[in-house]
Amino acid sequence: MPKARVYITLKPTLLDAQGRTIQNALHQLGFETVQSVRVGKYLEIELAPDGDPNAQIEAMCQQLLANPVIEQYRYEVVDE
Amino acid sequence: MRAAVVVFPGSNCDRDAYHALRDVLGYTVDYVWHAEPRLNGYDLVVLPGGFSYGDYLRPGAIARFAPIMEAVRDFAVRGGRVIGICNGFQILCEAGLLPGALTRNIGLKFICKHVYVRVENNATPFTRLFRKGEVLRLPIAHGDGRYVCDEATLRELEARGQIVFRYCAPDGSLSEAWNPNGSMQAIAGVANETFNVLGLMPHPERACEAILGSTDGRRILQVELSVHEG
Repeated sequence: MPKARVYITLKPTLLDAQGRTIQNALHQLGFETVQSVRVGKYLEIELAPDGDPNAQIEAMCQQLLANPVIEQYRYEVVDE
Repeated sequence: MRAAVVVFPGSNCDRDAYHALRDVLGYTVDYVWHAEPRLNGYDLVVLPGGFSYGDYLRPGAIARFAPIMEAVRDFAVRGGRVIGICNGFQILCEAGLLPGALTRNIGLKFICKHVYVRVENNATPFTRLFRKGEVLRLPIAHGDGRYVCDEATLRELEARGQIVFRYCAPDGSLSEAWNPNGSMQAIAGVANETFNVLGLMPHPERACEAILGSTDGRRILQVELSVHEG
């Protein structure tokens, strides 16, 4: 059964307000080595074993899962 | 004037919009459920504020695929007047009917208060009753209102006059201190290239009666129809 792991994050050029807030909190806790934090979404998608899973996930990312105006995505498909 | 207020699961400003359009402005108004495939005989379509589909994935990301959105797209392409308020603005951006996107407020807080916005372009069907540069006082209520777009788009918006409202100080001057959510260039509202589709984060429908603290929203909703629609 193919399973996709999809990672969606804000484009690097955009300010990630959540990431910056978390970074500040980590600094306050003493994790001074933290240089940057970016927050994203992680999706696990199980697919029926028909068709090309990479092509399907690519289409899903383009149509719905990511907003190309603000987000970038990557994914991996594994067989489990 | 016949207006449609589209209702998505999770819309919560639909009744405010209905009240303002019908009881204050005297329009004939219908609620139109998101699952409807058609919009028949309307002059104005309002996508109201709220949290359609719980803001799951991204605000507006699921709502843009509702059956009614095909009809909204057709209506807009034919020149029909469309206003997206708050979540409605987010939906219009997700649907590609307006450029850009709305992201999390810079301070991460949900902001609910009155703000000042400046009319940047008064040559649109939604702003013809204002002076250019006029300052309006309108309420906002959102967590994801920080407008962003890429640099090329920003230049085009500026050049074509598609930036319709900017957050400003009470005297109309621009400064980051009066930009509540960190929007790029303090953008509070934009129009499409043909100026028949407007999206804005402030709520004009909540600023139509003196008892609510402002009547500045009324003139936004007094939308000018195109000549042939009369």
